[in-house]
Amino acid sequence: MAAEGNAKPAKKLSLKENYALLTRGLGWEPSYEKQEEIFRNISFEGIKIHDWEKWEDPFRLTMDAYWKYQGEKERKLYAIVDAFQQNNGQFNVTDARYVQALKIFINGITELEYDSHRGFSMLAREFPGVGPRIAAQMQSLDELRHATTQIHTISQYAKYFTGMNEFPYQFDRAWYLSIPKSFFEDAVTSGPFEFIVAISFAFEYVLTNLAFMPWMSGAAFNGDMATVSFGFSAQSDEARHMTLGIEVIKFLLEQDPANVPLVQKWIDKWFWRGYRLLSLLATMMDYMLPKRVMAWNEAWEIYYEQNGGALFADLARYGIKPPTRAPETIAEKGLVAHQMWSVFYANRDAVGFQMWLPSEEEMDWMSEKYPDTFDKYYRPRYEYWREMEKAGTPFKNTTLPQLCQVCQWPCLFTEPNDPTTLSLRETEYKGETFHMCSDGCKDIFDDTPEKFVHAWLPVHQIYQGNCFLPDVDPTAPGFNPMYEALRYMGIKPGVDGGDFKGSADATNWEKWTSRPANIHEGAYTDAVRDTGNQSDVARKAV
Amino acid sequence: MPIKAITPDYHGDFRDSVDKFRGNQIVNIHWEKHLMFAWPMCVPLPPTTPFGALIEGVLPGIFGAHPNFKQIDWSQVEWKTSKGPFKPDPAKSLVDNGIGHKTTISFSTPGLTGVNGNAIC
Repeated sequence: MAAEGNAKPAKKLSLKENYALLTRGLGWEPSYEKQEEIFRNISFEGIKIHDWEKWEDPFRLTMDAYWKYQGEKERKLYAIVDAFQQNNGQFNVTDARYVQALKIFINGITELEYDSHRGFSMLAREFPGVGPRIAAQMQSLDELRHATTQIHTISQYAKYFTGMNEFPYQFDRAWYLSIPKSFFEDAVTSGPFEFIVAISFAFEYVLTNLAFMPWMSGAAFNGDMATVSFGFSAQSDEARHMTLGIEVIKFLLEQDPANVPLVQKWIDKWFWRGYRLLSLLATMMDYMLPKRVMAWNEAWEIYYEQNGGALFADLARYGIKPPTRAPETIAEKGLVAHQMWSVFYANRDAVGFQMWLPSEEEMDWMSEKYPDTFDKYYRPRYEYWREMEKAGTPFKNTTLPQLCQVCQWPCLFTEPNDPTTLSLRETEYKGETFHMCSDGCKDIFDDTPEKFVHAWLPVHQIYQGNCFLPDVDPTAPGFNPMYEALRYMGIKPGVDGGDFKGSADATNWEKWTSRPANIHEGAYTDAVRDTGNQSDVARKAV
Repeated sequence: MPIKAITPDYHGDFRDSVDKFRGNQIVNIHWEKHLMFAWPMCVPLPPTTPFGALIEGVLPGIFGAHPNFKQIDWSQVEWKTSKGPFKPDPAKSLVDNGIGHKTTISFSTPGLTGVNGNAIC
């Protein structure tokens, strides 16, 4: 007892000491293996790092604090998810049309969080510096958390709506999901420095504000408590990731002037790849949100032209220039959302979410937001398609697209300054022709054709006969290759995609909620209570 | 400059070379100023397909729903690939018309530029 009484309590460490021990103090100098044998993937890209100790941890976060904060956020989020489920929160969203956007999210985005988790795990192993390794480890855990929390928040919708129950299966097979998949797999199979510039800087720092600000505001505005709660829970992680992105760039640029051209090349490449991926968001914001927060061109002005402009002005002192293909993104900001929606509509039988034509009122909103392009080009197209629907001969495209070898989007984009001419690019490489959708993607192919010649392009895979389930006999009478390819991809033809009107989602929604499935069109069925509004009155009169 | 990779002389295999298409070759066909069909249409065809059979047997299935399609005067159609304009011989095969694997053929129809002259329609 006496001895214990005499012992002085351990000295409480200052925050600084605690931080030093729990980050840099966790590393060690190898004594019986060579440093370069342990960290084998750090030199082949040509990046020169002279002093890893110069890495400034942007957050000064230790692992113990990390677990504590994340644990608190999880508890809060899952309390809300519980309440959401118990209160049938899936019926509190604006309408069932909104849910179609969630299908794209769960099938195309959530898996990217998981891929990002894998990528950052690799960095946590590959970087010799302790500071960046710990930052990468934390981000790896964040990304895993984002994948699981997205799955949990959206799973409630999957119990009531079609098209969300096969997301990991679809991600590896569905023709349009090769777009996000190939984006991240290109990053993960790059060297560690290219990966971190691609994801932490070009994607997280420069571009994902577009996803987190307008898209999450849209979820909130449309009553989607599950998604917006996930968004809030992820927000502080995203802030940390963005700060990591800017620290990475400054660290690489300050370590050696020879790093500047390499970093510039990766910024050019990954800005373009990230932009092409996010074009999907353009159509989700402008067409899929029943209540809109802002148009894609407005979001691009704020989050790229203004914020990105300030960022690249700041980086000019290192000799870094804005991405080479940024002018194209600005030139076509009034086009992409409309081009993409039209293509989805025309091919609605081949996708896992349902489609519709914008109503008069929605087209008026677009005319206001896109005064230079909408009335001149896209309104007449939709009006014509509306006529075809009324005539009982709705327009459908039935032939598969020429795909871009790099971004894997169909070659659907036009010249940035001419909405009437497709932007078709090609390169002949070792005797074979390769197609690209844009100068941005052509730059990337021409720089590293070795990496892109073996891209898994779904259209070519279908035509090679590689996209059928084992029970299929392509020689059987009545064999329908498109139907079978969709089945292979986990898409139920006639259930998951097609026209929104008449779909199981729309019909069930009206039966379960007595509210219109598409607020812009009024009721589709008699299950909707007469609310006295004009569309209901008109419907009853008919 | 070659790609920088862990493996020396890294090079992916050509995944879409013509030998993998079971006797067919890939042809992409784009009708200019008719962007209701908003991408070049990718179809597998035997290389021996006569160009005339492409016009008569394949294009109607792809583009036939467009009101301009029936009005096309095929003698006036202008054809081109990335190598420039060409005049197809309908009796000759794709290959003999210079259409190789993964060639994109664009055609334009003078006087016909979309529904009500709107080239994206």
